Amino acid sequence: MIKRLHRQGGGDSAQGIGASLTRKEDERFMHGRGEYVPNIRMVGMVDVAFVRSPIAHGHIVGIEKPEGFEHAIYTLGDMEGVKPVVANSGLPGFKSSEQPVLASGKVRQVGEIIAMCVAATRAQAEDIAAQVFVDFEELPAVVDMIDARRDDSALVHEHWGDNVFLETFVDANPDVDLDAIRRDAPIRVHRKLRTARQSMAPMEGRGCVAHWDRRLSQLILHTSAQMPHITRTGLAQCLGLDEGQVRVIAPDVGGGFGYKGILLPEEVCCGWLAMQLEKPVRWIEDRREQLTANANCREHDYDITGYADRDGRLLAVECEAHVDSGAYSSYPFSACLEAAQIGSILPGPYKMERFRCRTWSVATNKPPILPYRGVARTGVCYAIETVMDAIALEAGIEPYEVRLRNLVEPHEMPYDNITRKHFDSGDYPEAVRRAMAAIDLSAVRARQRRGEPDGRRIGFGMSVFCEQGAHGTSVYHGWGIPMVPGYEPAVIRLTPDGVLEVRVGVHSHGQSMETTLAQIAHEVLGIDTDRVRIVLGDTGVTPYSTGTWGSRSIVMAGGAVGRASKELKERLLKIGAHLLGEPSSEVRWENGAVVGRQASRSLREIARTWYLAPQLLPSDVDPRGLEVSTSYQAKRDSGTFSYACHAVVVAVDPALGQTEILDYVIVEDGGVLINPMVVDGQVYGGAAQGIGTALYEAMPYSDDGQPLASTLADYILPGATEVPAIRIEHMETPAPYTEFGQKGIGESGAIGPPAALANAVNDALRGLGVRIDQLPVTPRLVVEALAKERERQARAMKGMPA
Amino acid sequence: MKAATYDYAKPLTCDEAIALIVPTGGMGKFVSGSQSLGPMMNLRLAQPEMLVDLRGIAALRACRIEGETVTLGACLTHAQIEDGKVETGTRGLMEYVARGIAYRAVRNRGTLGGSLAHADPAADWINTMCALDAQFLVAGPGGARVIDGGDWMAGAFTTALEADEILTGVRFARLSPTARWSYYKFNRKPGEFAEAIAVFIDDAARGVCRAVIGAIDAPPFAIDDARDLLRDANPQTSCFDAHLEAAGIEAGSYEHEVHRVALVRAAAAIRNQDGKAP
Repeated sequence: MIKRLHRQGGGDSAQGIGASLTRKEDERFMHGRGEYVPNIRMVGMVDVAFVRSPIAHGHIVGIEKPEGFEHAIYTLGDMEGVKPVVANSGLPGFKSSEQPVLASGKVRQVGEIIAMCVAATRAQAEDIAAQVFVDFEELPAVVDMIDARRDDSALVHEHWGDNVFLETFVDANPDVDLDAIRRDAPIRVHRKLRTARQSMAPMEGRGCVAHWDRRLSQLILHTSAQMPHITRTGLAQCLGLDEGQVRVIAPDVGGGFGYKGILLPEEVCCGWLAMQLEKPVRWIEDRREQLTANANCREHDYDITGYADRDGRLLAVECEAHVDSGAYSSYPFSACLEAAQIGSILPGPYKMERFRCRTWSVATNKPPILPYRGVARTGVCYAIETVMDAIALEAGIEPYEVRLRNLVEPHEMPYDNITRKHFDSGDYPEAVRRAMAAIDLSAVRARQRRGEPDGRRIGFGMSVFCEQGAHGTSVYHGWGIPMVPGYEPAVIRLTPDGVLEVRVGVHSHGQSMETTLAQIAHEVLGIDTDRVRIVLGDTGVTPYSTGTWGSRSIVMAGGAVGRASKELKERLLKIGAHLLGEPSSEVRWENGAVVGRQASRSLREIARTWYLAPQLLPSDVDPRGLEVSTSYQAKRDSGTFSYACHAVVVAVDPALGQTEILDYVIVEDGGVLINPMVVDGQVYGGAAQGIGTALYEAMPYSDDGQPLASTLADYILPGATEVPAIRIEHMETPAPYTEFGQKGIGESGAIGPPAALANAVNDALRGLGVRIDQLPVTPRLVVEALAKERERQARAMKGMPA
Repeated sequence: MKAATYDYAKPLTCDEAIALIVPTGGMGKFVSGSQSLGPMMNLRLAQPEMLVDLRGIAALRACRIEGETVTLGACLTHAQIEDGKVETGTRGLMEYVARGIAYRAVRNRGTLGGSLAHADPAADWINTMCALDAQFLVAGPGGARVIDGGDWMAGAFTTALEADEILTGVRFARLSPTARWSYYKFNRKPGEFAEAIAVFIDDAARGVCRAVIGAIDAPPFAIDDARDLLRDANPQTSCFDAHLEAAGIEAGSYEHEVHRVALVRAAAAIRNQDGKAP
């Protein structure tokens, strides 16, 4: 039992919006007192280990349970009535997939679960799993998204007739003559770009403990999730239960990044088994399961062409983009959100006359593609920013100059871009100018010209992007996925001793919501943040919400807490005025109290009156009392647009192909910052992940669909030695449509680094005649490209006349 | 994944340890820091029926320098070497190498002998010992024996050690006061296993000029006479290529490129200064 000291009266300015308040949740996290799913112990709890497919594609001919263990092994045949995981997109032409909770007829990826083994410990369950014999008739694996579209490709879902979940086509400003641009544009740049399949790697993997509560007739699933209410909806559907019969509790969650928004078949299986056995059932994902079977993301392919005038002003962008969506459409984001978004966000923060983009969400024999921090934007930013650098080169101007010539200008805000994205506010060019000043580009260029004594080559790279966050009903209704966010709820109430309990349906797994939501309550009510309790992650006690994703929580839940606090304040004012014997019009709210001409009544006194001395209340008191349940929707639900400019200086060792980051600057506009320190943390963490995307992380597959990075020895993540001391500058343009002017910024840090770093490495290599057009930019790619170029030059020399 | 079931014992002497392992008929394993075996067991790539923990054996931590001969106990941790808790007689080479092994948590547990017995070609000690031309001291049911460095590794992850034998320590000649060394490791990031390692020991007083090409998919490749790589201010590329070819590294490959750079840089480090690699 931790006894928290109630520090009284922190003072307004130190705790409200804009204060870098130290995090409330750190009291437990920094003392190692976080409570995660694997910490849970229940009487009689059993452990599950899954039998997973060792092959990428094949028919299951037979499953043999070892003698004596039949009772401890479950296959789909045992799970009568359990429905597969289905996540359809409403976009026309989408082909539906059914992800079986346990594979029966066919396996479509390595690691797909086939049988569930249960024992007193995980090790014993694995002993049993090792003895289950599965007979396969192997099929050719579909491994590459481009090859998958060939007529002779094997089919992941035979009845489709091809391997395409969805094809989309965006043709913006069709009245502008594209053929004329193609013919006449003075600058045309073309790139074929690839981004690696990645594995998001939260410190804590997935995992759940399910048990059946007989009294409540309720399945209670403790699970490491960022969208517990959506998990509940999906789980209830698969198990054929009322939602009231399912309670999902996500305790402390050690990083989400999108991976923990997904309903996993493993969760459905454990839920079913808990009901069968009436015992607590646990499955804790290990790193190998996470890397090879579940957490996959990011794999894009771009064939992109940009057209510009002589000065580098964009005329048109054309693109064919593929996303390797893997075997199944995962719940709730579907297999297509990633690719379909490419078509709408590829123009980035730029103006252009014409835009055309075709996308394919391709099914392959790999794990389903899941939305990872930044979702499509990381790849999109890499694609468009590669094109912008190429145009700068052709136009003979600095990369920043070409951006300044094409960015939406502040006087044009709000601005509807070519794909009808509504950029809400900001000064994009100013972010670029500040970043260039901070990185001191002219000094970088001078150093580059001087050369390094150790032979390394200096490169400068940048990227600019805007990030739609907290986009709501109209946007997601358009995508037609199973989940459409609407009004965001908050329930707040005062306890008799004047503590404010805040219940929201979003969650916090690094976002610091326990602190920032308390700051918002403080901003409105003046209540000390130590006397605000934020309750998260439990569908039993929080209002229904789509949860934490899409950089939405501080805008949506923050807005809701703000609204609720304002409403509560009105009620408190009325009671307070009565207690003071003054008319409501004569009192005011100050420092957490109703203040009249002579005296004041504190929030705590009013709370105590409502609950324990109601005889003192006015006769016309609001009967809803000191609990406010309300919801929030932004004035426009098209989303906030935070934006940033990343600028980076690297040194590339041409002999070993290794890249060192020498300096990294981010100029960022997240609107009004609720807690600048928390925002910095979000940006640092995101940028670290972006550095991983840029330089390190890749989940390669063999030709027969075997994942080749099955441990963290093979899957290289950036660590303390790879992430530099990033310098962040904030601009704070208030968002016009949100409660406090805040913008969503949670994903932003991860979006910019791949583009900026790839541009920087290519800038460094430019004099050597090579260019790397894929992520991550590894030493091997650089070394091999340079070797090839040397060979080419040697051949050319030989071919030259004497 | 969780390790399969196994028995565990922590004896106090080598004789006890051997007596415990012999009856397992090859199904038992000695273990010290468990930084490689542990993960392999958790992945069930290794499923020994018994683990005999050597960390209780004080004799395996004993180190001494007698005359010009250094003997280091197998159960020294990387951290103990890094922190200079023992005199290695290598003029800072081993201390330098230890600092670059994985990260501190691994170095706190991982041991010199464990790493050498595991014989990952990309690991640091196997290559360092090759450069020092160390001998491997072994105890087994039939008594003690000494294995020459060149005979230690038969291939990647394969040594001359029998299943019931314990690597008790290593023995090598102390570097003379004028000896120079360099160690160059190329990896994706600090702490990762190496893609290329090059080591030089130039000890003219003892008539030694030895280099190692390491982190190849085979035992470390020793260049017994590396003077051609150190002689000139700028040795010919062909000198390096000849050694790389002898080490079996395919010309024109990425591996060739990084091993060549490592060797060139390690050679340059020893030419340009009196010790540490850049």
